[in-house]
Amino acid sequence: MKTVVTGVVGLDAHIVGNKILQKAMEDIGLKVVGLGALTPAEQFIKVAVETNADAIVISSLYGHAEMDCQGFRDKCLEAGLKDIRLYIGGMLTVGDCDFGEVERRFKALGFDRVYPPTVKIQDFLNELKADLGVD
Amino acid sequence: MAGEYTLAVDFGSTYTKIAAFDLEQETLIGVAKSPTTVMTDIMEGLTAALDILGEQLGSRPAYGAKLACSSAAGGLRMVTVGLVPELTAEAATKAALGAGAKVVRVFSYELNASEIGEIEAIRPDIILLTGGTDGGDQRVIKKNAAMLAKSAVTAPIVAAGNKAAADEVYATLKDGGKDVTVTANVMPDIGVLNVEKVQEVLRSLFIEKIVDAKGLKRAELFVDRILMPTPTAVLNAIGLLAQGTATGPGLGEVLAVDIGGATTDVYSAATGLPHSSELIPKGLQDPFLKRTVEGDIGMRYSIDGIVEAGGIAAIARDCGLELAAVEAYIAKIKQDLATVPATAGEMGIEAALARAAVDTATERHAGRVDNVYTPMGKVMTLQGKDLSALPTVIGTGGAIVCSSQPRRVLEKACFIGAKPFSLRPRQPRFYVDSHYILFAVGLLATVAPEKALRIGVKYLRKV
Repeated sequence: MKTVVTGVVGLDAHIVGNKILQKAMEDIGLKVVGLGALTPAEQFIKVAVETNADAIVISSLYGHAEMDCQGFRDKCLEAGLKDIRLYIGGMLTVGDCDFGEVERRFKALGFDRVYPPTVKIQDFLNELKADLGVD
Repeated sequence: MAGEYTLAVDFGSTYTKIAAFDLEQETLIGVAKSPTTVMTDIMEGLTAALDILGEQLGSRPAYGAKLACSSAAGGLRMVTVGLVPELTAEAATKAALGAGAKVVRVFSYELNASEIGEIEAIRPDIILLTGGTDGGDQRVIKKNAAMLAKSAVTAPIVAAGNKAAADEVYATLKDGGKDVTVTANVMPDIGVLNVEKVQEVLRSLFIEKIVDAKGLKRAELFVDRILMPTPTAVLNAIGLLAQGTATGPGLGEVLAVDIGGATTDVYSAATGLPHSSELIPKGLQDPFLKRTVEGDIGMRYSIDGIVEAGGIAAIARDCGLELAAVEAYIAKIKQDLATVPATAGEMGIEAALARAAVDTATERHAGRVDNVYTPMGKVMTLQGKDLSALPTVIGTGGAIVCSSQPRRVLEKACFIGAKPFSLRPRQPRFYVDSHYILFAVGLLATVAPEKALRIGVKYLRKV
C-alpha cells in the first residue's frame, strides 16, 4: 500500500479542502497520514521518514506557501528521502499571478506537480495514481 | 484470613518503607522505614523495618499477603531507541516512563558504533527498540537491530516498532544471542501512542528478570513477589484515585507531585483534552496515565537544578530572607546531603526550594499553549495535556509531606497569570499523602481495588 503524507503547511488554518482531499485519496486505496492545519514544513518531512511515505501532498490557501516551502526538496534529500514525490496545490501566491509563473517557482523548490485552486480533484487523483503506479 | 494484616513494601533507592493494613477494617495499622541494604542483603533493611513496626505495635504481627515494589539498585534503568526524535523516539520514552523506568538515554535514527559503545557502557536493564509506524520505515529498525545483535549488550531488548519489520528484527537479535521480546508497535500510526502492550512486556520482564539481575530476588523469600517498579505503583494509585472503581467514585482527574532528593516525578491521570474548541492540538498525544521525571530537580542531589530553574534571588524573595542566608543554607545542604532543616528560617528556605521544584516540574509536565499569528488572525495550538479544569492535586515526598506549609508548596502546581501558556489546574483541591502510602495503595489495587481506593482516599490529608 502506498503512503501519502498530507496537511496544510505553515501558519495556514484552512483545513476543509485538505480534509476532502484526504478522504478522496483514502478512497482510491492510499494510506493517508493527515497532519491537519498549521503544519510546519519540517513536520511533513519527519513524518514521511517515519512512515516511509511515497509522496507528500501539501495544501495551502493563504498565499504564503512559497515562504513556507523554501528549500523543501533539499530538506527531503537531507533527511534521506531520495525518491519521494512532492505535490502542492491551492492559492499559492497573493493576488493575481500567472499560474505558469507560480508553477515554475514551485517546481524550482523541488515539487513534482503544482496545482491551481481550480484543479478538479479527479484530475489530481489520476495523476497521483499514475505517478505512484496505483490502479 | 482473619487476624492477618496485609503488608506493602517499597524497596526504595534510599529507604525500605513498609506499610501494614487491616484490609477487613480498611485501616492503616502502621508504617516504618529503614535504610535499603542492596549492597549486602536486601532482607536486612526489610527485617529492620519490620522490627521497627513490630515495636510500634507491641509485637511483630502475622502478615497474609506481602506485596512489594522496588526502585532499589538504580531503579529500572532503560535506554530507548527510535527513528525520528519527536515521533517514535518520543513515543518509546513516554512508554518507558509510564512503565516506571528511569530513561538514561534516548537514541534516534541509525545507531553508530560509538552510540552502541555508549549503550554497552550504560549497561541498561532493558533496551526498548522502536522505529517506523506500521507499514512505515523498516530500514532503520532493522539496521539498529543488526547493530545491537553484534554488540556486547546483554540487557533484554523489547522490540516495539513497525510490525512489518518485527519478524526480521526478532530473528536478527535472536541470532546475535540476545534476549528479545517482540510486542505491538508503540506508535502504529502518526500521532497514535500505543503504550499498554509495551508496558505489559516491560512489567513482566521486570518481575521475571530484572529483580533477579539486581540481586533483589532474596526478598522474595519473604515477600510474595516484587511486582513492579515503585513509580508504576504510584502511577497505579493515582489512576485508581482518579477514576475510582465500578462501585466507588474517585476524586476526579489527578495531578500528583513527588519531590525527591535526586529527582521530581510528576504524575497525571487525566485525558488532557482542550478546555476550549479554539485550541488546536499539535504533536504526539499523551497517555491518560502520564509520568514525567525531572532528573535535574531534587531537594538534595539535584539542588543545583532547582536553584538554576527558580533563580536564587527569586527563591530568597519567596521565603523573605537575605540572599546570603539562602546561599549559606544551600551550601550546607551540598556539603551534607543528610541536612534537615532545624530553624524556622531553614524550614522557610526548604519550602521556597520545594515551591520552585513544583513550579518547574509541573510546568514541564503540563501542556502548553502557543499563540500563532497567521494572516487570518491569532490561532492557539495546544501541545500536551490541558490540565486547567483538573480538580485534584496530590503532594508526596518528604519536601511536601514534612513541610510546615504543604498547601503553599502545592499551590505552585497551579495556573498563574505570569505563565499563562502553561495549562496547569486553575482551582484544584489539595491533598497530601501524609502517611507516605501512595505506593502501597498502588500495590493493594492489584489484589483489592475497591478497598485500596477507600483506604487511599481515607488517608489523604486535605490541606
